[in-house]
Amino acid sequence: MNPGWDFHAIAPLIIISATIVAVLIADFFFEYRGRFQTQQIASLGVLAASIPIITLAVDGGTRRMFSGGFVVDPYSLVFQGFFLAAAYVSMLLSVDYIGDGDYYQGEYYVLLLTSLLGMLVMASSRDLITIFVALETISIPTFVLAGWRKHDPKSNEAAIKYYLIGVMSSAVMLYGMSLVFGLTGSTLLSEIAKKVGHLDSSLLLVAGFLTIVGFAFKVSAVPFHFWAPDTYEGAPTPVTAFLSVASKAGGFVALLSVVIFGFFPNADMWQPVLWGLAAASMILGNLVALSQTNIVRMLAYSSVAQGGFILVPFAVAADGGAARSSIEAVVVYILIYGAMNLGAFAIVIALARRTRSAEISSYAGLGQYAPVMAVLMSMFMFSLAGVPPFAGWFAKFTMFRAVFDANTPAATVLGVLAAVSSVIAFFYYARVAREIWFHPVADGVDAAPIRTPVALNAAVGLCAAVVVVIGVYPQLFARLGELASGG
Amino acid sequence: MILNQFLILAAILFCIGVYGVLARRNGVLVLMSVELMLNAVNINLIAFSAYLRSSAGDVFALFVITIAAAEVGVGLAIVLLIYRNLHSPDLDRVEQLKG
Repeated sequence: MNPGWDFHAIAPLIIISATIVAVLIADFFFEYRGRFQTQQIASLGVLAASIPIITLAVDGGTRRMFSGGFVVDPYSLVFQGFFLAAAYVSMLLSVDYIGDGDYYQGEYYVLLLTSLLGMLVMASSRDLITIFVALETISIPTFVLAGWRKHDPKSNEAAIKYYLIGVMSSAVMLYGMSLVFGLTGSTLLSEIAKKVGHLDSSLLLVAGFLTIVGFAFKVSAVPFHFWAPDTYEGAPTPVTAFLSVASKAGGFVALLSVVIFGFFPNADMWQPVLWGLAAASMILGNLVALSQTNIVRMLAYSSVAQGGFILVPFAVAADGGAARSSIEAVVVYILIYGAMNLGAFAIVIALARRTRSAEISSYAGLGQYAPVMAVLMSMFMFSLAGVPPFAGWFAKFTMFRAVFDANTPAATVLGVLAAVSSVIAFFYYARVAREIWFHPVADGVDAAPIRTPVALNAAVGLCAAVVVVIGVYPQLFARLGELASGG
Repeated sequence: MILNQFLILAAILFCIGVYGVLARRNGVLVLMSVELMLNAVNINLIAFSAYLRSSAGDVFALFVITIAAAEVGVGLAIVLLIYRNLHSPDLDRVEQLKG
């Protein structure tokens, strides 16, 4: 039997797999000083993998393989492109951190690329088994990356907390999936969608609930978020950037695929759970972020809250005519969130090279001795807060548009909660800017201008460009969102 | 075919696993509890697969077994790191990060 291999459709996966092997082998042949070349091979591989994404996008159409379990369509291509970009920027952030720290370089990029491979598969998965395997391919390398500083107990703690929550959430998710399989008799999302609409069983609600709770751990939605701040603080900062953007987006893509392609006809299965998760994440994430003094922990709670905003369109997707605009909102929000969060982390990493501290108070007077960084950091903060003309406003705008399209009482309440928590969020983002511009330089801080490595500058530049361009001309990402939702 | 007995066994195993993860403080025992949860899933999948006469569940169970092995490998490595740094596998002593 011919399984119908379509090599063009899986070309990005083949290229990344080949790069993983190449990096692993090349690492043995480089002298100690030449180890930085592994990063160059890895980056080239990621760039090469984006070529087939573009040719597939130009080709258009939908390619199905494995009886519909693996699909390449605009929806998956948009996310694959995003994952490649996020991984590329994460590598730029890692170069100097990993290079300076006397860590194993080859292994680091192998793990990063393996996680990326999982994400690329995830975007195309339309089958519970593939989704599970892809999710674990994303997660397992990141457990190791979180504990990368082997001799630092904090890094160990970050790894064990992330690992235990990750494994437990997979087990809960799998238990839910096994019940879904038992009730519908199939692991294909399209087959599940045909069955769930007619089934009226309380067990189905349990199955849907457990599956979604499993994903909620992955995307660190409240009340399953408690691992995130500890893991983000303890892990190496470039890894944190990768976790908070790429790995988190991987969880969201899995959730979106399962909900939209699988559980959609039976809204009782998923809508109330997601409504609760979205409301709790927005409010609690933002309130706890207010009291944080460490910038990484603040960004961790901010990413919990941003995750809540991304969940809002999920929770209203079944109402009225909101299905299309909800998918659009999720896609646009994830793309924009990725750019602004990676940018913020890039600045945190650049400044930590000077201050050796992640306290928000160490940013005092930054506007005086590093004006460019100060302007960019303020820009990323205001973008995360959703202030025009930076990209963040458009993400929030698409989210509220989905809420208006749904136009039900539950959706309206959620919209009001989102508006209130956006206002709360503004205070802690603005506090960073106030520290930068209105506080004097602390004693003992070297106020000489900061020189940053080329790679970090490139990462900051890319993120800043996206934040500004999309803020002024949002039609670019809006079009991607429309394509992904099948328009 | 009797299905209920298998599902009840799996549910009980799963609950024991959850209890173990939450109550045990020794890193290695926590990992074993996680294995219990995953094996409960396997029993579920295989029981459903036999009941529905569909091989998808068997395939799923195979993947779960394989990935569980990889996961526990990584988990043991992390517990070993903690043991080296703190000289104890007790997870209650891992508590530097708070807030």
